[in-house]
Amino acid sequence: MIRVVLPYHLRTLARVADEVQVEVGSPITLGAVLDALEAAHPALRGTIREHGTHQRRPFIRFFACQEDVSHGGPDAALPDAVIGGREPLMIIGAMAGG
Amino acid sequence: MSSIRVLVGTKKGAFILTADGQREQWEVDGPHFAGWEMYHLKGSPVDPNRIYASQTSGWFGQQIQRSSDGGKSWEQVGNEFAYVGTPGTHQWYDGTQHPWEFKRVWHLEPSLTDPEVVLAGVEDAGLFKTVDGGKSWMELLGLRSAKGQLWQPGAGGMCLHTIIVDPTNPQRIFVAISAAGAFRSDDGGESWLPINRGLKSAYEIPDPDAAVGHCVHRIAMHPSRPEVLFMQKHWDVMRSDNAGDMWYDISGDLPTDFGFPIDVHAHEPETIYVVPIKSDSEHFPPEGKLRVYRSRTGGHEWEALTKGLPQEHCYVNVLRDAMAVDSLDPCGIYFGTTGGQVYVSANGGDSWMPIVRDLPSVLSVEVQTLR
Repeated sequence: MIRVVLPYHLRTLARVADEVQVEVGSPITLGAVLDALEAAHPALRGTIREHGTHQRRPFIRFFACQEDVSHGGPDAALPDAVIGGREPLMIIGAMAGG
Repeated sequence: MSSIRVLVGTKKGAFILTADGQREQWEVDGPHFAGWEMYHLKGSPVDPNRIYASQTSGWFGQQIQRSSDGGKSWEQVGNEFAYVGTPGTHQWYDGTQHPWEFKRVWHLEPSLTDPEVVLAGVEDAGLFKTVDGGKSWMELLGLRSAKGQLWQPGAGGMCLHTIIVDPTNPQRIFVAISAAGAFRSDDGGESWLPINRGLKSAYEIPDPDAAVGHCVHRIAMHPSRPEVLFMQKHWDVMRSDNAGDMWYDISGDLPTDFGFPIDVHAHEPETIYVVPIKSDSEHFPPEGKLRVYRSRTGGHEWEALTKGLPQEHCYVNVLRDAMAVDSLDPCGIYFGTTGGQVYVSANGGDSWMPIVRDLPSVLSVEVQTLR
């Protein structure tokens, strides 16, 4: 199981606790985790990635093992610690605005 | 005994204000969707407990929420607003063409006859429709065919903020867009005509006969006279007596004709309300005095309504969707400010009281009169 930590507003939107777990088939990529997350929690569709294009929304970032993995694209492999469930994939609302 | 439910959208959540028909003692419920920008909430005229809400965020995009119990509980419905086909381009600030990009829903207009049907006005300007209670949305493409390549964003974005369906002829729909102007459909939204003749925007548009490009802030109609429209433009308060075919200026003796909202008394079609704002550079009331102006003659002649409103040191604004009227007798008038106050007048504007003073900045106010 892949552990995913959502930002506060997405937790309230999806009505989940601070961490969710999703089952992801191989290969476990960022895109595959997001596909599984949206399938398990349809309320999140369009909030992390754009509808249709699946482009990351501008003020969303992905962190894994304290590394920013936002720019690797959907096919980028995730660290072994995330794949093994020892570390969560963190979805972050960027600091912006006021 | 009638009761009133006021739906307030703010920059940090939604609030529901309720009172009996006296409109003196109020309950404040909220925030709903705390921390989200709630651009607009509106109930179905045929099923008042069915309420639709536009929930937005610069981080997480657009959501549509739906309640079937008057706002006690909510259900997230469809949030995909895809322009039909290749989105195309519109005019940008520098005169170049810029691609259409969906940003948010500004206004939701439930059908007068079917609680499952809603029109949505969005930024970048477009009109969408649901027939399944918000689960799916389809663009009414014909609107952007009305010289859409010449539309341009106002300072607040290129938003479709006003939707009015003619209660006597559901095939006739009016919309308004900043900064494109007013448009009318006579075939249920399939095709559209710009209806901007008579509007003057000398400082913004060099062409005095420009069909589009006008910064319309709000349009209002009394349901008993759907041919008569009232408009608060960027500058100028305007009126049309022929469903928008021609407009004329009714600013008359207003202290300034800049402003955002305009509305019509529920029982007096010639009684209208505006909130003059000093200028496009200074978005607050002249002299720091919050004054609603009422005309009982359909324009030209205006009186300041001040009783109960702050008459010194007041520098709030009232946004375009933040004024509404109830249908009780005497008619109640409501408006919300960017300072977080929501005011009510239970006597047609003669006197005012704050329902609540310290909400987040108010984006929209709608009123439901419950029997």
